[in-house]
This record gives sequence, structure tokens and C-alpha cells, in this order.
Amino acid sequence: MNPALTRCDVAIVGAGIIGSACAEACAAGGLNTVLIDSDFPGGGITACGMGHIVVMDDSAAQWALTARSRELWMRRAASLPDDIEYDACGTLWIAANRAEMDAVEEKVAMYRQHDVHAQILNSAELARAEPDLISRLSGALLVRDDAVIYPPAAAQHFAANAATLGAVMRFGQRVQVIEPGRIYFVDGTMLDAERIVVAAGLASNDLLPNLPLRARKGHLVISDRYPGRVRHQLVELGYLHSAHASDADSVAFNVQPRRNGQILIGSSRQFDATDTAIDAPLLAHMLERAVGFLPFLRDVQVLRSWTGLRPATRDGLPLIGPSAQHASIWLATGHEGLGITTATATAELIAAQLLGRTCAIPPAPYWPTRFASETTHAVA
Amino acid sequence: MRSPEYIEIFIDGRAYLLIRNSTVAAALLNAGITHWRRSVSGQPRAALCGMGVCFECRVNIDGHAHQRACQVLCTPGMRVITHVE
Repeated sequence: MNPALTRCDVAIVGAGIIGSACAEACAAGGLNTVLIDSDFPGGGITACGMGHIVVMDDSAAQWALTARSRELWMRRAASLPDDIEYDACGTLWIAANRAEMDAVEEKVAMYRQHDVHAQILNSAELARAEPDLISRLSGALLVRDDAVIYPPAAAQHFAANAATLGAVMRFGQRVQVIEPGRIYFVDGTMLDAERIVVAAGLASNDLLPNLPLRARKGHLVISDRYPGRVRHQLVELGYLHSAHASDADSVAFNVQPRRNGQILIGSSRQFDATDTAIDAPLLAHMLERAVGFLPFLRDVQVLRSWTGLRPATRDGLPLIGPSAQHASIWLATGHEGLGITTATATAELIAAQLLGRTCAIPPAPYWPTRFASETTHAVA
Repeated sequence: MRSPEYIEIFIDGRAYLLIRNSTVAAALLNAGITHWRRSVSGQPRAALCGMGVCFECRVNIDGHAHQRACQVLCTPGMRVITHVE
């Protein structure tokens, strides 16, 4: 750290996986970059998620961002440190019935059209791929190149790369106020920055007014080690409905094998939760759902359960680009449950736009200004 | 005073005679096994707290993974497998 530094091209507030990736990309682009966190890289919501690198097809914009992100992850997979635990285990989207199997057939055509490897498994093939699943399932869509990582280690890796590229790290320093061109820290110091990128997850709401950002709480459980019992990231196709179609509390079967044999069990969604306490009835509901697909989970030794507050937007797309408040204050947040996947393309979009370069994917769908009219209305 | 009752259990397929109501941890140590699990980083593990708190002494008993050896009493014919998760 260079305490004398008081000016920079870009200051990034929040060293989660998004902010750290943005710092790496900005520093690599030659920008004089400062990465700020009240704590340390990857210690916030980044450490609460599953770490699933997944292509999602809710919308064309979500597809573009997740597919580009996964491509960037795949390109650098071989050079990632071992502690990131990159494991290209693939995703099995499980069809519980005939109707969901019809959806699988529609999805596979779309994936292939975009050159994403995808394969339909029938009931018997699914049973061979995951012998512990109940037998009465209709089949699955196997997305081969989806992967799993340990997110906090990735955030630390990106931050360390940024530092190697010349970025200045200001960790353990809490931001009090942001105004165009200047950041005031709680300790009385300040930093002048031509551009400020707020990547602080839900805490961004404390720094900027009227952000279209809500909390969406999720629960996770991790088991002891049961190597080989789960081989792919397993998600019920019904997840797409429960995760995205409704404001009501919901759970879905979403289970992940960790490289050491531990099993992560999810998932739940609750809008506008105000605290991170475990909701025991919802947690029980979530675990019953998981046991309904993988009966052996009933007997596994559970080590820990926790919650996290995902920063969510109304349209399910993140906020990437200049804020509605001021052209020099940018946002990189609102990724809800896809921040781990989309950190790479988010960073690429932020750096390309700050540097005035061509973006790999169209940036406009993620611009925060898409909500500008309603936030203005809310102020008035 | 009654003489102790001996039972037979199997540790990694080998038969051992021991006093009924010994803990599995005691049986393992009595069999000369000084560690029966490895941590994620490869370090040897055995009973540490001996009272069911630390979970370091986990072992597979009759097909059930992650049983605490210090908390389970030996029963006739019990099959204990070490060094599996």
C-alpha cells in the first residue's frame, strides 16, 4: 500500500469477486487503479455463495453475460491457483417429469446453436451418471463445461494479480461518503478518483441513494466428506421457475460436489430479508427437497449452515456501467446468484468501457440507467 | 467380581477380541492403530478430545461414514473400516 497516494484513474469500492476482478482488468488495461475494501478480498457475500460457473438462459442478455463469463473462466482455468479448486464437473439440469424433459429438448437446441456443449441424458443415462439420485426421474440436460470454484480464493487471486499489475490495495478501510471524483474514508483520509466503481454488493445501498437493489436471502448447508457420491452440479429444472419466476419464498434442489468430497446443499430464495439468521422451517424445507432427489443426504453429517444476502435487481440482470446518479460513478453489482460466474465478463465490460474500447458483448442491457426513470420518479 | 465378557469385532477385515462395551476408539488403540483417518491436507488423525466434540476420530462403522470412534461402543461382529471417508 502507498499511503501517499491520493489520486487515481479508477477507485473500486468492494473487493469481492466482482470488484477484485474489475481491479485486475483495469490494472491490466493500464489504468492507475485502487481497490478498496472495509475488510479483505472475498470476505463478504463472495464467501457465502456456491461457486457455480454456469451458463444461464433466462434472457438473451443473461445468456450473453454468462456464456462470455464462462468462456473467460475456461480460458484461464489451467493457470488458476490450486486453492481456487476449479473443477469442470459440469451441470446436470434434472427433469423430474415428461414436461420438464420437453423443456430439456428446447434448451439443448439453444445451447448448441451458441456452440455450448450440451447433451440430453435419458432416465437410464442419468442413473448411470448419478447413481444416488432417485430412479423415477425423466432425464437431464448435461452442460459439460460448467464448473465449480471456491469463490473467496478467486477474489484473492484477482486482487493479488491486480496488485502485481500495479494496483494499490486499501483493505481494512471503510468508505464513509462517495461523491463525484472523491472518496472519503471513515479514518479521515480521502482519495481523488476520476472514476469510482461501486462493487460493494448490498452495501452499495449505503453509499449511493436510490439504487434498484434488493436483498434476496439464500441458505446453504455443507456436509462432511463423501467422495464420489455426487459427481456433477445437480440442479432441478424446476429451479428456473422457483429462482426467477416469483417473489415468494422458494426452495429448489441444487447440490454441488466439492473437490474434497464435501457436498454443498442449496438452495433457497427470500426477498427483502433484513437479517442473516437461519430460517429453520425454510432450511428444513430446502433439505427435504434435496433428500427427495438424493435420499442418502438424509444420513450425511452436516458441518455448517449459513445464509447470505444476494444483491438482486428487478429484471434479474446486474448493474454494470455508469450510475444514474453521476456519469463518473459506476456500478458493478446486483449480480444476485450469478456473481461468481459473471465476475469475469463484468470486469471485462467495466475495463473496456472505462478505456473506451470495444466490448466483447453489447454492454447496454446491464447499464444501471435502464432503471433511471423509475428512480427519478421515486425521488420526486 | 465377574470376569469381563469378550466379544469379537473386525477392524479393516481383521478380527480382534476385546472387552464388551469398549469404545471403538479404545479398540483401535488397543489394536495398535495410532491413527485412522487423514485430514484434507493429509495429516494423520485419531481421537483427540475423546468426548465427541472434536470429530477427529471419525471412522466407518458397519457401512456408516463419519461415526465418532470415541462415542460408539463395540458390539459383537461390528465392522470398522479406517481411512475411508
